[in-house]
Amino acid sequence: MDIGTIAKELNLKILSASDRMKNNVTGGYTGDLLSDVMANSHEGDIWITRQVHQNIVAIATLKEHAGVILVNSCEPAKDTLERAIQENVPILISNLPAFEITGKIYDILNEAK
Amino acid sequence: MKPAVNSPENNLDNYSFNIEGGNFNDAGTVSTRIKSILKQRGLPNDIVRRSSIVCYEAEINIVSYARKGTVNLTVTSEAVEIELIDEGPGIPDIKQAMEQGYSTASQQIREMGFGAGMGLHNIKTYSDIFDISSEVNKGTSLKMIIKIPQQTPQ
Repeated sequence: MDIGTIAKELNLKILSASDRMKNNVTGGYTGDLLSDVMANSHEGDIWITRQVHQNIVAIATLKEHAGVILVNSCEPAKDTLERAIQENVPILISNLPAFEITGKIYDILNEAK
Repeated sequence: MKPAVNSPENNLDNYSFNIEGGNFNDAGTVSTRIKSILKQRGLPNDIVRRSSIVCYEAEINIVSYARKGTVNLTVTSEAVEIELIDEGPGIPDIKQAMEQGYSTASQQIREMGFGAGMGLHNIKTYSDIFDISSEVNKGTSLKMIIKIPQQTPQ
């Protein structure tokens, strides 16, 4: 399923890389500890996090995530957004907490299987 | 910077990069470069993935703790070798530093989601051979080798 469909279904605000909404989401990972995300997330995952600093773009690029969702309506730091635009990494915002948005995406991906 | 050496006969390649301590803005850029080099060389996904993980963790350690460091990447037909040498405070007790969850990171570093005491542990897990040496007030050197599976002759 592409990230644009998920964004539409879950009312996510798209902040960067709106031309990458066809990115295929093959799974997801939720976490704020960067070493954990680095070690355990996969290419094609959508990464759900509360971290807003620019190193999330470095991780998303390195891990080739489909995109990053910031939870609880958190805005990215200014340099995070600049970096995301530069690297063409989709950053989206959800007004839900991590638990709820994770559950919803889990269901959507499972139903699509 | 060491010049890159290309030798088509033995398929050997060396690359060198510098890392600036304390510069979180650029943290991860060397690992991203190395990943793209390994991908371009057509190495298996698992080798690229593990190399990126160990390189990223070691890069973050230099950014978090050291003044500066150098990353040397050597790719042969048999293995990816990544060596990181830094000038920094060194590690007084390597055994303790290797324990999962042990960290000397500042509150500021932890708030960014680093410093969870997983870095060296992950490096060891994802390397085939991992070597670490350190001298207090001088610096730390890491060497990680990730072996490339060899195709058996038909």
